[in-house]
Amino acid sequence: MKKQTTITTFAALFACAFASAKTMAAEPKAPLTKPAVDKSKENDPRVKRGGYLVWFGGCHDCHTPLVMSADGPLPDFSRALSGHPEQMQMPPAPTPPPGPWIVSAGATLTAWSGPWGTSFTANLTPDKETGLGSWTPEMFIATMRTGKHMGRGRKLLPPMPVQNLAGLSDEDLRAVFAFLQAIPPVKNRVPQPLPPPAPVTASTKKVAPIGQN
Amino acid sequence: MTSSLALNRNTRRFAWAALCVAVVGRPLNAPADTQASLPSTLVQTGLCADPACARIADDALPFSPQYPLWSDGADKRRWFSLPPGTKIDARHADAWRFPIGTKFWKEFRVSGRRIETRYITRAKIGWQFGAYVWNSDGTQARLVSQQGTTAHVNDHVRHAVPSVDDCRACHEGHEPPVLGFSLLQLSTDRDPLAPHAEPRRESDVDVAQLRVRGLIKGLSLDADAIRIAASTPTERAALGYLHANCGGCHNSTGPLSSLELFLMSSSRASSTQQTRNSLFGVTSHFQPAGQSHMSRATPGRPELSTLVARMRSRDPFAQMPPLATQLVDREGLALIEHWIATDPAGITTTNKGK
Repeated sequence: MKKQTTITTFAALFACAFASAKTMAAEPKAPLTKPAVDKSKENDPRVKRGGYLVWFGGCHDCHTPLVMSADGPLPDFSRALSGHPEQMQMPPAPTPPPGPWIVSAGATLTAWSGPWGTSFTANLTPDKETGLGSWTPEMFIATMRTGKHMGRGRKLLPPMPVQNLAGLSDEDLRAVFAFLQAIPPVKNRVPQPLPPPAPVTASTKKVAPIGQN
Repeated sequence: MTSSLALNRNTRRFAWAALCVAVVGRPLNAPADTQASLPSTLVQTGLCADPACARIADDALPFSPQYPLWSDGADKRRWFSLPPGTKIDARHADAWRFPIGTKFWKEFRVSGRRIETRYITRAKIGWQFGAYVWNSDGTQARLVSQQGTTAHVNDHVRHAVPSVDDCRACHEGHEPPVLGFSLLQLSTDRDPLAPHAEPRRESDVDVAQLRVRGLIKGLSLDADAIRIAASTPTERAALGYLHANCGGCHNSTGPLSSLELFLMSSSRASSTQQTRNSLFGVTSHFQPAGQSHMSRATPGRPELSTLVARMRSRDPFAQMPPLATQLVDREGLALIEHWIATDPAGITTTNKGK
């Protein structure tokens, strides 16, 4: 009887494990549509695809500020994808000591400092004044393809992995943009990037631009 | 599309940014080889009448826009040519159509020496962009790679030759992607207050010359002497300056039109009003450090106008234009400041902001 019970138990556990594995294979575990999208767009296949790509692509890692919790730092989804918090005034970035350490990051992972200066992650929500609300899909695609703001402005700065995004198809980039336009707008004016505090190398030769010679 | 470069802090900053990107992944936007069919030397483009390009070919006609683009003080000369028997289609006054085979050249001289000649041509597959850099004795110019390069002027000066992507970034903000060659720029009624205006040479082709030479069609008979509709001479010059230096990207028909910043002018009063409405009292998307609601232009207050702040900056994160210049255009800046500070039409523009 005991042996029968043991066999039954193992069989049940195996069945559960198998079923669980099948479930995991069929449906990703991650909450793919965080944050909640506009109800009228939540069944749009392009928006769903965009949510999947945003989650897997790690956009939240830098564009959703981290907050400390009992479980350690977690993304603050009440401000999902809204970039560096406007209210968070950062002190000057630390100057790294001589050696291989060259990059610093704020506790929210929304402010980064390195040889390029200090960059703050952008507000990707559809707020018209402070986010991507006035952007078009074409502007978004051009930005990812060229690595330039709006496809023709200043360069995007580290740690934005724009070289990875540039590898997506136009349709996938349109899906990402459709998702970003379907999430709640967050009014958050991200600061402009800051120049580095000091020259990178002391040996760089200084020459005058045209007109000053 | 102009550019100059100094090995200053800004340059190093971008070099680092580029390096950081380069070490992480593959090159951005690896485009099709759009230069594959461009000739390897400038002479082969048809600009020159002799191998050293001491003389210009007869069918390459010179022109000078009345509102030149600021290029950090470089001296520039420009030419165009059309295939024999073809004409520019000017039925759309603000967007001329050019026949396949149209060519444009722009030469840059720095410290008295020709350094670079840029080339745009309309091929069957679309517009192509190339840059040719002159050798040190000025006898030959060769096509540079799509990534651009840095030309050595002397021990103190470098000149940045743009990448094809940079060419497209400026030129493809409006259709057609030709800057400085339009009804307004070639008007016979030239603006005497235009910053850095180049005196029109006798041989320069303007709208009237295009008509006389039979190189244009669809142009209304009263179009030769158009001017920007403005309430004062200062406003006319200011709008012309913005047209040439900003309107290529910031216009109502190009990829950035959704930003609703309209700086491309015409002779229509509605165009001028549209520009005013998109500037005065409109909260800027860009905010300088410590600011949160600065307008693109604040009537009477140039110091509270992001238009001025960005023109004055050469921080590559903030400057406007965002590329092709490393020196502030003091003359252009003074004009825009004066316009915002004093222009009665701007001050009385009613705008509720956006």
